Amino acid sequence: MAVPEITGSETTANAPSSTSSAGTAWAGTADGAPEGTSVSLRSLVRAFGATRALDEMSLEIGPGELVALLGPSGCGKTTALRIVAGFEFADSGEVLIDGRDVSGVAANKRDMGMVFQSYSLFPNMNALDNVAFGLRMRKVATAGRRKRAAELLDMVGLAPQAAQFPHQLSGGQQQRVALARALAIEPRVLLLDEPLSALDAKVRLQLREQIRTLQQRLGTTTLFVTHDQEEALSMSDRVGVMRSGKLEQVATPDELYSRPATAFVAEFVGTMNRLPGDLGSGGATVTVIGATVPCQPGGPADGQVDALVRPENLTVTPSADGNGIVTVRTFLGAVTRLTVRLSGDTEVVVDVATTAAAEVTPGTAVQVGLPPAPVLVAARAG
Amino acid sequence: MAAIATKPVTAPAARPRRRGSFPVWRWVIMLIAAVYFLLPLYAALRFAGLHAFGSVFTQAGFGSSLWLSVKLAAVTWAITMLLMVPTTVYVHLRLPGLRRLLETITILPIVIPPVVLIVGVLQVMPLALRSSVWLLAIEYVVLTMPFAYRALDAGLRSIDVKTLTEASGSLGAGWFTTLWRVLLPNMRTALLSSTILIVALVLGEFTMASLDLQQTFPVWIVLFDQENAQISVSASIFALVVTWLFLMLITVVATRQSRRSGGGEVTLFSAAPRETIGN
Repeated sequence: MAVPEITGSETTANAPSSTSSAGTAWAGTADGAPEGTSVSLRSLVRAFGATRALDEMSLEIGPGELVALLGPSGCGKTTALRIVAGFEFADSGEVLIDGRDVSGVAANKRDMGMVFQSYSLFPNMNALDNVAFGLRMRKVATAGRRKRAAELLDMVGLAPQAAQFPHQLSGGQQQRVALARALAIEPRVLLLDEPLSALDAKVRLQLREQIRTLQQRLGTTTLFVTHDQEEALSMSDRVGVMRSGKLEQVATPDELYSRPATAFVAEFVGTMNRLPGDLGSGGATVTVIGATVPCQPGGPADGQVDALVRPENLTVTPSADGNGIVTVRTFLGAVTRLTVRLSGDTEVVVDVATTAAAEVTPGTAVQVGLPPAPVLVAARAG
Repeated sequence: MAAIATKPVTAPAARPRRRGSFPVWRWVIMLIAAVYFLLPLYAALRFAGLHAFGSVFTQAGFGSSLWLSVKLAAVTWAITMLLMVPTTVYVHLRLPGLRRLLETITILPIVIPPVVLIVGVLQVMPLALRSSVWLLAIEYVVLTMPFAYRALDAGLRSIDVKTLTEASGSLGAGWFTTLWRVLLPNMRTALLSSTILIVALVLGEFTMASLDLQQTFPVWIVLFDQENAQISVSASIFALVVTWLFLMLITVVATRQSRRSGGGEVTLFSAAPRETIGN
């Protein structure tokens, strides 16, 4: 695999493939990138005592695709990644790499590069030797592995730090060396276990762009575990949202955000308002804050429900006899977030363009409205 | 426009160094400790007289007993390391729940009398080894186990064994390579500490050697004491100096190796912490 030259300052467009859809389809690699490896997780089950960390989890990852597993702590995402890496074994189910079952193959025989959450560089080796370690294990001659390791360090913008030891590098630099080390062995699959979570916000942003750029250029199939939705949405071709050992939805970032399949996904990804509503006959429509709108399919057909609406999907208009009063106004740059207390003590947040929000100050009476687009409906929360 | 007066910026005055920042009571404690350790040495030196040192090396049994003690220390060290390093690493990685149990087991040799240990070891040893001098090395392995285990355990706690092992494995390294190239180099201080403890214990052990009827260096010193007390005391001081020099040599070599890989000074039981940069 040729090593493309990428500088640390280079940025990438993180737009996900518009052709991807939930379930099994995948996005291709960047133009000219070599084809990667496909990964299939089939009906994985893993229990720790009475707790089922993975519960019949299945996922297909296409060649060259970057898929993120997103979910709260304890949802099973790291267990899934560790099973793919070979550090854990499933109680049942299969892990297929390019169609071959590797469930019984030891971690050191799987050809997978991994970047860990905690700094995992070998403290007794300098950056160059760390990157060259995997090549040494593959019996690459000294000159060859040093040259390759130097190229990889150059690729992550750390050529001048080649002779430095891990304790002489910053956290961000250590993770870049760890990335170079994982890529040096030309892994069939790159596994990223929350590699950015220990870094500060600015470094995290730079590094996630760098990881995405490298991944796209090299076309390495990548499984990325994170609990940070911003990271998942900005870096991935597709995102799998996990809950209690199961995948709730696997979809492109825009689909996940705009058409969440379940109430959990809707509320876990982005900000979501819960508005009490009354279902129409058969559950086809719901009446919320005076507006009757169609329901997205899959919701309850009867009973007490809430409509789930994003802040940007609500409208707000100053009106002396409106249905709410602005209580908080938060400037977020291009948009301003208004917290509005509706009659019945329901609070909603509404995002409006900052240019249009000048006249809406706390205490202003407003009319909150809902455009006639289909909304997700869920059983009313406790 | 109104003029803006700028105030000359003065550097904050350097804080005057506090005189006597090393309080008197610390000097007193140090003095008491020094007297406690050095006075017996001085008394021994006075008793033996300098002339006795010259005669120590020519006494019958001196060379052979010292050489036996050194050989026993080396063999004990090798067996202890071969047993304890993989065991401790394995327990840390795979059976962390058993750490407490292992701690309890390894403390037994401290509380069980040496004669009981000897009888226990004799029971399980093959016949050929029972009359051998190397039986003593096996007994010393049991004796040094608590100290070696604690030193190694502390060393492993100071590094992220799990992540380093997994990182090494993901790069294609097997179990032995991971141990040899990744874990052991990062346990340098722990290995040094356990080495020092083993060597010091073996070079100074008397009871087991005496019960096994082996003339190690401490046994020779006691026996020779009945013949010539002055030379015997000189030999004791010599043993102390040799042990101290040996320990210093180990720390100097370890520090040199540590500095070569960017680490700090290695002292007997701790390495200077590596300062890490922020994010």
